[in-house]
Amino acid sequence: MAFEFTFTEEHDELRATVRAFLEERSDENAVREQMASETGFDPDVWAQMAEQIGLAGLIIPEEHGGAGMGYVELLVVMEEMGRALLCSPFLSSAVFAANALQSCADEATQKELLAGIAAGETRVTVAHAEPNGRWDLDGIQLSATGSGGNVTLTGTKTFVLDGHTADVILVAARTPQGIGLFRVNADASGLRRTALPELDLTRKLAQLEFASTPATPVSQGDQSAAFARVLALVVAALSAEQVGGAQKCLDMAVEYAKTRLQFGRPIGSYQGIKHKCADMLVAVEFAKSAAYNACFAAAEDDPDLIESASLAKAYCSESYFHAAADNIQIHGGMGFTWEHPAHLYFKRAKASELLFGDPSHHREIVAREVGI
Amino acid sequence: MPDHIQMSEDELRERTRALLEEVHPETTEAIPFRRKQYEHGLAWVHFPEGHGGLGLSPKMNVIVQDEIGKHSKVVHQDPGASIIGIGMGAPVVLTYGTDEMKRDMLPRIFSGEDVWCQMFSEPSAGSDVAGLAMRAERDGDEWVVNGQKVWTTVAHLSRWGMLLARTNPDVPKHDGLSYFVLDMQAPGVEVRPLYQITGEAEFNEVFLTDVRIPHDRMLGKEGQGWNVAITTLMNERVAIGGGGSKKKGGGGIAQLLKVWNDRNKDASSPAQEAILRDRMTQAWIENELLRVTSQRARAAQKSGTPGPEGSVSKLAQAEIHKRMWELGVDVMGATGLTFEAGYELRQGYGSLNSALELAKYQFLRSRANSIEGGTSEIMRNILGERVLGLPGEPRVDKNVAWKDVPRS
Repeated sequence: MAFEFTFTEEHDELRATVRAFLEERSDENAVREQMASETGFDPDVWAQMAEQIGLAGLIIPEEHGGAGMGYVELLVVMEEMGRALLCSPFLSSAVFAANALQSCADEATQKELLAGIAAGETRVTVAHAEPNGRWDLDGIQLSATGSGGNVTLTGTKTFVLDGHTADVILVAARTPQGIGLFRVNADASGLRRTALPELDLTRKLAQLEFASTPATPVSQGDQSAAFARVLALVVAALSAEQVGGAQKCLDMAVEYAKTRLQFGRPIGSYQGIKHKCADMLVAVEFAKSAAYNACFAAAEDDPDLIESASLAKAYCSESYFHAAADNIQIHGGMGFTWEHPAHLYFKRAKASELLFGDPSHHREIVAREVGI
Repeated sequence: MPDHIQMSEDELRERTRALLEEVHPETTEAIPFRRKQYEHGLAWVHFPEGHGGLGLSPKMNVIVQDEIGKHSKVVHQDPGASIIGIGMGAPVVLTYGTDEMKRDMLPRIFSGEDVWCQMFSEPSAGSDVAGLAMRAERDGDEWVVNGQKVWTTVAHLSRWGMLLARTNPDVPKHDGLSYFVLDMQAPGVEVRPLYQITGEAEFNEVFLTDVRIPHDRMLGKEGQGWNVAITTLMNERVAIGGGGSKKKGGGGIAQLLKVWNDRNKDASSPAQEAILRDRMTQAWIENELLRVTSQRARAAQKSGTPGPEGSVSKLAQAEIHKRMWELGVDVMGATGLTFEAGYELRQGYGSLNSALELAKYQFLRSRANSIEGGTSEIMRNILGERVLGLPGEPRVDKNVAWKDVPRS
């Protein structure tokens, strides 16, 4: 489908509001503080995001206590969060869990959990990946045993966003019908949660081990198709976050190239640097096209959503990584230090590239969808 | 240009129907029809009345086309050879020409009777067009011109040429240029086809030896040729940076997919296939993003807030095209060793019958994409300096008389 890509005044206002909030509450010092913490987010900031700006329930319908907005608003917010390297459970709870519940869970569970997510009071995550390292549905091997009120889970989930701090975990598991979604509370018996030592300290991941852990099925029948769509929705949102980060890297590089003098003139006047910046600009603009196309597809429930989302994830991942890498190069020795923020973006870029499948994984999906 | 005159779409459609009542494309040849279209002010509606227009907004030109298409199976489009005359010649004559020139030249440009060409580039002046060396010296009421032009499209068909020449070598390069309308049939004008990488000649070289141009064929004042030329060049870049197919999966990528689907599948191992398939997917992605980026640029233009998305297309498109057709030949494998179209030197395009032939042809032709209308290196300078605000490079030819600047 061909989208109009029109942003309204309300979108511009939302962007300005979120940017102002993050400049105040998620500046570099705040980010570094959360990187060093075990939980990886500031509960006060999270509460403010939920209560004052309504971000935690951005895409949750009003009937469930959310703001009832869509993916165009989400893309604006994700761009800003990526730009600020915000450390928060937004991706896990407000995006992944909110989408999974709306697409796969029964009415009662939606009613119970969505309001809590929107209020910022219940942090929910989704456990999907396993130690086999696959991001597709075939990678989901952990099986649910028993039925009705006697379901238990045994096995390991890993790379779970905020898995060690979430109040509720939605586990994607094998059932005789296919794939189902199961609710496990943080205090369930037989659940062991271990924070992982991440490459990217701004986004926390955990490994969860289940040993006959009691779980409540929240979906009926096979959720394979619905869950594949949820994954597309998550990567569409993540690609918008990548765009925000990539744009910030370009801005930092250009700013430095204008002010850093060597051999008596700004380094940005040399074509070696100028052309690198121009190529970054092209890649960032193309990444925007990719992410916007995916998020508009999500907003309009376009039949090509899976293709658009994987296309965006493949392209934005590489653009962000190259922008972050070139930003370090343009900053020279300074860009290699711990003190300078360039490495924070570099690590976020690589981690978000690998999370939910790397570019080759997503190009495989595009090839399949397009028929190459 | 003065403010646009307000006219409703209905009234313009009515005027178009009045033209069709007088002459109809289905029963009238292109030249007489387009002459009448000019007389009715429906040639380029944004030109003033009396010069083929009605003083309307340029956006309203499509309405005339649309109305003609509604009432006629035959539409006399702009003739291919006249694109330069219509796109660049007519605006420059309108802005800088004498009343006599406007009266005599504009109708013949539009009708297709007179083809125009643009003569700026020279062997020693490529990206640095303003450094050109063609010399024009005053002799009474005439200018005597000597030198060589290159990459001149349709020169061999042209009646008139837009010529940029150096009238004063003793001042810095931009200040010593003047702009002329050259009679291509004048003594001393020699046009030779310039054969290119494909074996065809899309372009020409033009040699000028003691060619005399009357002084009143100078457009703009003496020494102001660069300003006159700038307007022309801007139009060219807009024309080239179109930004890919409007339809998803259309245009070049559709041809490339045909080559992929028709490939000899036994020729490569599964591992080789996987590599090529990934490259095919990358080509699809890049083409798709070229399309979406153009769409974003159009949306931003409509809403009045154009951003960098419009400026990146020329560079991106050139590089993407080259990669895409390199891949086309790689997908063919050994079949890429043959070139069915042949290298027989010829003027104009040969016919390309299959996706395979087109891909091989494009593999060669696309090399020009990152050279013509601004090289990719120049485009990166423009993006860096005008969009990102990076400082320019120190210029060694600034404030130096042209004759004292080293040149190849």
